[in-house]
Amino acid sequence: MTHGRPLTVARSNGRTAIRRAAEAVATGFIRVSGWTAIVVLAAIAVFLAWNSVRALREVGVGPIMVGTEWYPTSHPGKFGAAPLIVGSLLVTSIALVLCVPVGLAAAVFLSEFATRRIKEAAKAVIEFMAAIPSVVYGLVGVALVVPAVKSVFGLDSGLTALSGGIVLGIMALPTVVSISEDALHAVPSSLRHASLALGNTRWQTTYKVTIPAASSGIFAAVMLGVGRAIGETMAVLMLTGNAAVMPRTVLESVRTMTGTIAAEMGEVVQGGLHYSVLFVVGLVLFAVTFAINLAADVVLEKQRKRWGA
Amino acid sequence: MVTGLRSAVMAVSAAAWSSAEEGARVVEETSPQGSGRFELRSVSVAYGPETVIEDVTMNIPPQAVTALIGPSGCGKSTLLRCLNRMNDELGNVRVSGTIALDGQDIMARGVDPVDLRMRVGQVFQRPNPFPMSIYDNVAYGPRTQGIRRRDELDAIVEDSLRRAALWDEVKGSLKKHAFDLSGGQQQRLCIARALATHPEVLLMDEPASALDPISTQQIEDTVAELKRSVTIVIVTHNMQQAARISDQTAFMLRERLDMPARLIEVGETRKVFTNPDDPRTEAYITGRFG
Repeated sequence: MTHGRPLTVARSNGRTAIRRAAEAVATGFIRVSGWTAIVVLAAIAVFLAWNSVRALREVGVGPIMVGTEWYPTSHPGKFGAAPLIVGSLLVTSIALVLCVPVGLAAAVFLSEFATRRIKEAAKAVIEFMAAIPSVVYGLVGVALVVPAVKSVFGLDSGLTALSGGIVLGIMALPTVVSISEDALHAVPSSLRHASLALGNTRWQTTYKVTIPAASSGIFAAVMLGVGRAIGETMAVLMLTGNAAVMPRTVLESVRTMTGTIAAEMGEVVQGGLHYSVLFVVGLVLFAVTFAINLAADVVLEKQRKRWGA
Repeated sequence: MVTGLRSAVMAVSAAAWSSAEEGARVVEETSPQGSGRFELRSVSVAYGPETVIEDVTMNIPPQAVTALIGPSGCGKSTLLRCLNRMNDELGNVRVSGTIALDGQDIMARGVDPVDLRMRVGQVFQRPNPFPMSIYDNVAYGPRTQGIRRRDELDAIVEDSLRRAALWDEVKGSLKKHAFDLSGGQQQRLCIARALATHPEVLLMDEPASALDPISTQQIEDTVAELKRSVTIVIVTHNMQQAARISDQTAFMLRERLDMPARLIEVGETRKVFTNPDDPRTEAYITGRFG
């Protein structure tokens, strides 16, 4: 006994039964939490699909996706969601056109040229930008961007796709900047040194070696920026004017998928056809963002493997 | 034990020396003297407030191989980086004294480090090809120099790969990605890339330390071939390698951590390895420390 005891302790790594039990509980908790995330994601998809069934059966996929008339409360209701889909794509495209060049330039500056102190400060600011509630961005947009767009283009109303896109571009900046910056940072400095040692300036090195080497990560950053922009609701609801008609220019009022769901869901009959059509719109959004995030993840994983980081 | 090791090193170096002499004679016929000669006078290097190298004075002869040897952390690589001013890129590094390349002070105000690096190429410790094709890797430097014509680039790429002894292995697959090559091939690709700008000097920072013995052998053969046309300065931890491939050897040592590294001895490789002036050199090359 006296001599069996230390052996047992040694074999169990010095842990008591209570500690072992605590460890089992902790491991179990972590495992369950991990699975919960996956189950919740699957449940959302199933729930969206389940509630979409009625609309898909009574209206049909085709008329919802390509129909251009959205009059859900008329009799009978018209559920052509194409203006909403186009509205979302239009506002997102404007946001991208504005935020990708600026975001990429900022990332390059921070990663390749900024001093350490500037970099730290900028990172803090960018994190803070990401933390500001979208309704605050909406307020600033209403106060500044909408009047500006109105007066610059001489419009009757500044509530346009352009106004929404501008604010959305600013909102997507933190995502684009921080993920591009990570991608540039992950490029081994040995490549930069090789280029410098071949008589290239830092700028030549950046655009000839570093940016191409980080291109997959930069692509992922843009994708995640798209995901951020397309899913944004509150700011676009406040800024785009919400007319559910097919836009012809960026200076017209548009209504996005997210804005439609947020605006109409409170007024529909639970389980009704309109209710179900809104779930179809939600399903489209879910599919689009899921695909975008998956693509970004695959690309990032590829980059990670390449540099073994 | 120690004497056995020592005589082995000496035998190797003596053998290497005779072939080196043959090489040196060829050099005089094929290339003009006085291109790629470095003169260092009282060179000191400081990282911030700390002086890491103090008072190095030595000459680096053209079209010959100079080996920098010494224990880890003795400033060999730092001294090497002075020669193409790569220390400038690390920030907070101060170099004092004078370093002249063919009589011109490379630390002078008017000297653009970017131009200097076209003349003084560098090969790094680990192969670091760019993530692009073999061809584009080699053409990278010439393109920076403004060479755009396809036939001209083709000629430079072939010539550089031949000089780096890689041509026969890759001539059919220049479009392949550089990462598809083995480690040894990647390192020879990096040598070809450095040669493509026609530098007068090639700096090599332990170019074979990450490679297997066969690849190491190929790199050494390449170096022996290259010194006909370029000055080579090589940092190495491998004393047999220094003895085999170099004409001149410089031994650096940092005797205490709170003291800067100094150049202990520099001279003909044969002399340094067989009959060093300084007892510390002898202790190091016979393997008593380091």
